[in-house]
Amino acid sequence: MKHIRYAVRDGIATLTLDNADESMNLVSPEFIAEFTEAVEKVASDPAVTGAIVTSAKPAFMAGADLKYVGTAYDRGMSKADAVGFCKAPSDMHRHMETCGKPFVAAMNGLALGGGFELALACHHRIIVDDPKAVVGLPEVNLGLLPGSGGTQRLPRMLGTERALDLLLSGRTVGPEEALKIGLVDEVVPADKLLEAAADWLAKGPDPVRDWDKKGYQPPAALGVLDMKTATIHTMTAASLSAKTWHNYPAPIAIETVVFEGMQQPFDRAQALENKYFARLLTDPVSRNIIRTTFLNKGKNDALTMRPTGVQTYTVKKLGVLGAGMMGAGIANVAAAAGIEVVVIDATQANADKGKAYSEKVLGRMVEKGKRTQQAADAVLARINPTTDYALLADADLIIEAVFEDVAVKADVTKKAAAVLPDTAPFASNTSTLPISALAESFPRPADFIGLHFFSPVDRMGLVEVIMGRKTSDETLARALDFVKQIRKTPIVVNDSRGFYTSRVFQTFIHEGMAMLQEGVKPALIENAGKMAGMPVGPLMVTDEVSIELPLMIANQAIAQDGDAYRKPVSYDVMTKMMTDLGRPGRKGNAGFYEYAEDGGKRLWPGLAEHFPVASEQPDFEELKKRLLYIQALETVRCLEEGVLTRAEDGDIGSVLGWSFPTYTGGTMSLIDTVGVAAFVAECDAMAQKYGERFKPTSWLRERASGEVKLYG
Amino acid sequence: MPEAFIYDAVRSPRGKGRPDGALHEITAVDLAAQVLGAVRDRNDLDTTLVDDVILGCAQPVGEQGGNIGRAAVLVADYDEGVAGQQVHRFCASALEAVNTAAAHIMAGQSDAAIGGGVECMSRTYIGADTGAWTADPWVNYHQYFAPQGIGADMIATLDGYTREDVDAYAVESQKRAAAAWQGGRFAKSIAPIRDALGDVILDHDEYMRPGTTMEGLASLKPAFTALGEKGGFDKIGMMRYPEIERVNHVHTGGNSSGIVDGASAVLVGSEGFGTASGLKPRARFRAFTSIGSEPTIMLTAPADVSRKTLKRAGMTVDDIDLFEINEAFASVVMRFMRELDLDPEKVNVNGGAIAMGHPLGATGAMILGTVLDELERRDLNTALITLCAGNGLGTATIIERV
Repeated sequence: MKHIRYAVRDGIATLTLDNADESMNLVSPEFIAEFTEAVEKVASDPAVTGAIVTSAKPAFMAGADLKYVGTAYDRGMSKADAVGFCKAPSDMHRHMETCGKPFVAAMNGLALGGGFELALACHHRIIVDDPKAVVGLPEVNLGLLPGSGGTQRLPRMLGTERALDLLLSGRTVGPEEALKIGLVDEVVPADKLLEAAADWLAKGPDPVRDWDKKGYQPPAALGVLDMKTATIHTMTAASLSAKTWHNYPAPIAIETVVFEGMQQPFDRAQALENKYFARLLTDPVSRNIIRTTFLNKGKNDALTMRPTGVQTYTVKKLGVLGAGMMGAGIANVAAAAGIEVVVIDATQANADKGKAYSEKVLGRMVEKGKRTQQAADAVLARINPTTDYALLADADLIIEAVFEDVAVKADVTKKAAAVLPDTAPFASNTSTLPISALAESFPRPADFIGLHFFSPVDRMGLVEVIMGRKTSDETLARALDFVKQIRKTPIVVNDSRGFYTSRVFQTFIHEGMAMLQEGVKPALIENAGKMAGMPVGPLMVTDEVSIELPLMIANQAIAQDGDAYRKPVSYDVMTKMMTDLGRPGRKGNAGFYEYAEDGGKRLWPGLAEHFPVASEQPDFEELKKRLLYIQALETVRCLEEGVLTRAEDGDIGSVLGWSFPTYTGGTMSLIDTVGVAAFVAECDAMAQKYGERFKPTSWLRERASGEVKLYG
Repeated sequence: MPEAFIYDAVRSPRGKGRPDGALHEITAVDLAAQVLGAVRDRNDLDTTLVDDVILGCAQPVGEQGGNIGRAAVLVADYDEGVAGQQVHRFCASALEAVNTAAAHIMAGQSDAAIGGGVECMSRTYIGADTGAWTADPWVNYHQYFAPQGIGADMIATLDGYTREDVDAYAVESQKRAAAAWQGGRFAKSIAPIRDALGDVILDHDEYMRPGTTMEGLASLKPAFTALGEKGGFDKIGMMRYPEIERVNHVHTGGNSSGIVDGASAVLVGSEGFGTASGLKPRARFRAFTSIGSEPTIMLTAPADVSRKTLKRAGMTVDDIDLFEINEAFASVVMRFMRELDLDPEKVNVNGGAIAMGHPLGATGAMILGTVLDELERRDLNTALITLCAGNGLGTATIIERV
């Protein structure tokens, strides 16, 4: 056996999981074969009375290999093969559970997904008292369900309600709570782990699980005849509908196998779980979620796109110019990552406000128990608010985050440049202004780069790294190192108006406003956005950023490019709202919505007068598609124009940057999921109805005709 | 085709559907049996002439389960040769039971049958017969299930009925019911219910609040806000009706049907049965049918099923003298009247379930009897009876005096 060490002492077999190829114990076909063999040895050796399962790695065991699972769809795995894929480990667990000898999981570290499913199949679970040793079944967040009996043992052990909470949230649980709710049976110090396991075995425990005993009949076995079970399932399914808008197949599959499985004997329930797992594994949604939010995000986090040959750059001291919302947020995350931060603003009072923001955020974390007061104080101590540029003399990186105005930015850039070490890179956190132009006010344009953060900075994981025309590879490498240092996910894009994220996101709000102009009912527009999976409707989000912003961007572009610039389709709506009606959005307390004193808001009834509702309303599904497809089309243009260089950056940027729905995998995967040819055909039909902006480019058309996916 | 006639219609008074309700100590089978007994006794009916007793019940489980129709036949001391069955069409069960009785007669396969229903809501609970529709997660999720109150509020939202509108309807229902009782208009059809000692325990509808005012109703909290907003059901409704920005929760206990106990029975027979039993027919069946409609709101079938029934009868709305639609919720009636463009003075003229209560599976036959009495009182001819029912069902019946 390559991944498992098998040893017998005093009648106890110890199965030590020790993956020979990876740093983590993973469920793989090889592992399953070996573990089955080990179980067989335990079962057949009369000298062995029971077994301990533990790990030689820091973690007990993580789940399945996502590289394998996440590509099942692309490999064209059939449903029958998928059932076989989950049957192998399911049978292995079941074999252990019913072999007639007791197994105890001695969890020396975290056990997630397949790892915890292995522990659940043991007859007893002991975990070390280390807060990092968390357990849980996070598969729902991958678009999958916890296989290998995870959906069956958990409700049999914890009851339906508690099990559903864990299975549907995918949340992980520390040892203390795990013990309290019954996920583990004992919590012991690390050095007592194996001893505790042996002690339990010494008691001669019953190797038959409750559900394998005659007469086992939990309330949920009655299905809807048990009123409490019925109520749980009515209410849970409703909350899943409300949360997913039916865009995600995994949660309802999980609830269903719990409901159905509890009414059946374990082996039938297990077989049913395998079938639902197979449905999910062969559904593009799990591929989309895993590929974008785990595999490709992981690659970007690991900076696989980083230019090679540049020494790793560590920022010890960061200068932030501007203590507004973005500057304060950037200072906060940098300080939290252990970086000394100098925050500069025009007045000391303004600079102090930037630090006050961190105080507030950290205070909340302390309140919630997510950080100790001591740790919070240490973060705060690293933030130095000032008006004095001289403090930047030893800064390793500057991030400018002042008002979006070329002159204002040029002014602070020059002031900082005057004192900076002549090797320090300089970044602008602009969301819209061309980086190459901003770089002109910096004496070393090769060292100038864009680092576009998203608001709120402490919660949004993406940083859009923008290459100016003259930005060097070395500067890029250093900027990426910094992004990694503050534990954000970078995508690298080339300079263009709005870069990638702002440019594409705008198409969403423009399209929503265009619908209003066409006479679509406002609520229909908003619900189309939300039910398509966007976090808020296009009109509401426009109100949030204010109509002024996209209008200003359009007007700047008109000033620069004149007729060459194609006005956004919503241009007339924007000018009407701003100029004629004076309704800029939330900041003016009046936009597409009206805002009550108590914080309530509703669509402004006056919209009906200014944008009369058409007698014929369009197909709702088509509205949803329009709002997503227009973003996908713009992303393709970004790829084609070289603003994006890789499809995966389009996906990661859309999902992390503006919460484009993860079930799609992002703006690029959406097209591959629909199929390039089908997507092109649908866009052609929409172009006929709604305008040229839906016309796919010849680049995309070529791919459609050659059936070439966007992911090569 | 033989014709089916109504020879009699009897109902119990409606008791409050709570432990302090007068009928709480009366079992479902006893309640049904007492009404069957009244049908027999007041008509001097030879029960061997009755082929079947068909009882509706919307929660046919527990003491209401096991085919309460047959159980009631025996408890009522009908001839043991009388068959019995139970019908579950949710709130339209009793009307469906009456229609089924009529259908057998019109098909020439039966001479006389009783259709009716029973529901002891104080002795069971809504949801007792929970099934796949609401509680199998795969089913309720993919069928966009939402509780009825959400549907009622969605009708109000879609049609723009305000809280004042629905409360005003409720006040009117109370007024009409009070006037009807005062005028003795129900006296003909009420069978007083007796306790274990044989004493009358209830002889009137106990649930009514004749003094109901707009102010009083306004003080009630909307009943379905939490379920809709926190429970997620508003969003489920919006998935079906994405033109809704926000569901306006206007229904309360005061403008929704009351939870009560009750039973009903309608004696249906052929012409020959009337001759044989010496009874005079009071009305004939012109047409009846049931339909399904959009199941998330689930309360909008009455207009469509009425149109379908009218068409079947070769009639139009103008041919109907009185309409009786179950007042499940105020918005249900308001939508019905709006869709068929009805004169409110012809609809539920003696009040309805908002004032007097809605014993789910018994209501259909009750309101059929109520409107037949009223046709006779006013010397009018035709009436249409309809109810919305669970999961989008709806049933309607058109009767005509002879």
